[in-house]
Amino acid sequence: MSLGATGTPETKPALLAGSNLEKVLRAGHFAVTAELGPPQSADHTAIRNKARYLRDCCDGVNLTDNQTAIVRMSSIASGAILVQEGLDPIIQMVCRDRNRLAMQSDLMGAYALGIRNVLCLTGDHQTFGNHPTAKNVFDIDSIQLVGMVAAMRDRRVFQCGEAMKGQEPRFFVGAAASPFAAPVAFRPYRLGKKVRAGANFIQTQLVYDLEAFETFMETVRKLGVHEQAYILVGVGPLKSPGMAKYMKESVPGILVPDQLIARMNKAGAQWAGKKAEELSKEEKKARSEAWKAEGIKICIELIQKVRAVKGVAGVHIMAIEWEEAVRPIVDGAGLLPRPKMAEAS
Amino acid sequence: MIVAEQKTLDEIKSLLGDARKVLILGCGTCVTVCFSGGEREAAVLASSLRMASQLDGHPRDVTDLTVQRQCEWEYLDTATDRIKDADLVLSIGCGVGVQAIAERFPNAWVVPGLNTKFMGLPTEQGVWTERCAACGDCVLGVTGGVCPIARCSKSLLNGPCGGSEGGHCEINPDVPCGWQLIYDRMEKLGKLEMLMDLQPPKNWQKSRDGGPRKIVREDLRLPHEE
Repeated sequence: MSLGATGTPETKPALLAGSNLEKVLRAGHFAVTAELGPPQSADHTAIRNKARYLRDCCDGVNLTDNQTAIVRMSSIASGAILVQEGLDPIIQMVCRDRNRLAMQSDLMGAYALGIRNVLCLTGDHQTFGNHPTAKNVFDIDSIQLVGMVAAMRDRRVFQCGEAMKGQEPRFFVGAAASPFAAPVAFRPYRLGKKVRAGANFIQTQLVYDLEAFETFMETVRKLGVHEQAYILVGVGPLKSPGMAKYMKESVPGILVPDQLIARMNKAGAQWAGKKAEELSKEEKKARSEAWKAEGIKICIELIQKVRAVKGVAGVHIMAIEWEEAVRPIVDGAGLLPRPKMAEAS
Repeated sequence: MIVAEQKTLDEIKSLLGDARKVLILGCGTCVTVCFSGGEREAAVLASSLRMASQLDGHPRDVTDLTVQRQCEWEYLDTATDRIKDADLVLSIGCGVGVQAIAERFPNAWVVPGLNTKFMGLPTEQGVWTERCAACGDCVLGVTGGVCPIARCSKSLLNGPCGGSEGGHCEINPDVPCGWQLIYDRMEKLGKLEMLMDLQPPKNWQKSRDGGPRKIVREDLRLPHEE
């Protein structure tokens, strides 16, 4: 194992960043992270309210960075609010909106605000979002971003090669993997590149198809990538059969087996055969609750199954605009209480 | 070639202002080959504008002329009299042509009739696609002859993002994923190993980001130009 970049065989390697997430993973616990979408407003209470749902049921919280290219409160500002709330933020940083100057300056600022984890992402193309006429940046790509964040920490240099004089930003560096996006055969190798560039942990795109995920992990293990970075599998509760079908058909890199869609349909079978306008408000609510309960149940089962896959170090729960689902999922998967790590590293 | 397409007639009309004598200047090079600004297009546009001006009640004297290349002054010089005689020159060359006219004829009012789109090639009858972004630092040698700068929507250098599916890009099912094209070619040529190299951040200074670009070839300069 070479999980700590600075370790020697005799001593336990020092923590890279000292984040709660890093400590949990280094201690060998099966980690749980969750996602929090910042608001489309300047309202800090939106973050604090969502944080309540996630407190004590995960080890780190991802703050999305203008996800799907829709403008939201910045991930760093949201992360700083989470620091105030006593949660461990994982700020997402996409390459779409900032060049290397802005990114490095934001990384230093984020560290100064107490943030210790960053997830380096390419970023959805701006044509998806609410500013499709914007100019994109993509000065560097996600792998180069991983390398830049790691070099700022390990070599104390800026991307240009200039030495940093004062405190360097020390982040636990994350990257994403999309196991089922095309070309599928290249995905484990691209993940390998991210780890070679310096990624310490990986969060995957949503996994619903265990068989396909096993195939991906086989190659990942063959490459030894799971021994150089902690792999957290992306899971998420389905809200409705419609959402499952939409993800299957329209979101690149997400495989939803028909059997899961059938389960979601079955959960709402009592109301099937009726058009939406024929259902009363109460019936609609009851149907939605039945779907959600099944979605949470499926998610719990998925966690239990991926936990058994060799090389998996944790799960990343993406309950998009449904943060209250995280606690029952973590609880149902038998992952509560979350480990309490010592303050000092 | 440089690929361009004509602006709408309404936009062109709005650019003409109150000019009475309008010269439509075509170009015999790239825009002729992509059917947007050659001799034929100049003649058709001239007749459309004449007709439109009649209908609008502001008759204009619209004529057309096509030079071999708008992007070189000596070819533009062949049209000097006509350019100087016009109230307005409507260039249907690329953006280089429009600017060459403006530079060569300081007193001429010149407006563009085309939108210059990209450097590319015809991939089938009536279809042109982008191939080169003129980044100034060609990487085709490590990507199997398929450009990730021009053909990946995010200009990624280290492989496909998570938005690649079924061979197409996340932005539009009509857009092929540049990295899928690179991957397929490298696989076919037995060179996939090359894609494992970590490509460092690109030097965009060599691209437009470094400011307007210029090439000086001392070996070709004439003594009096120094």
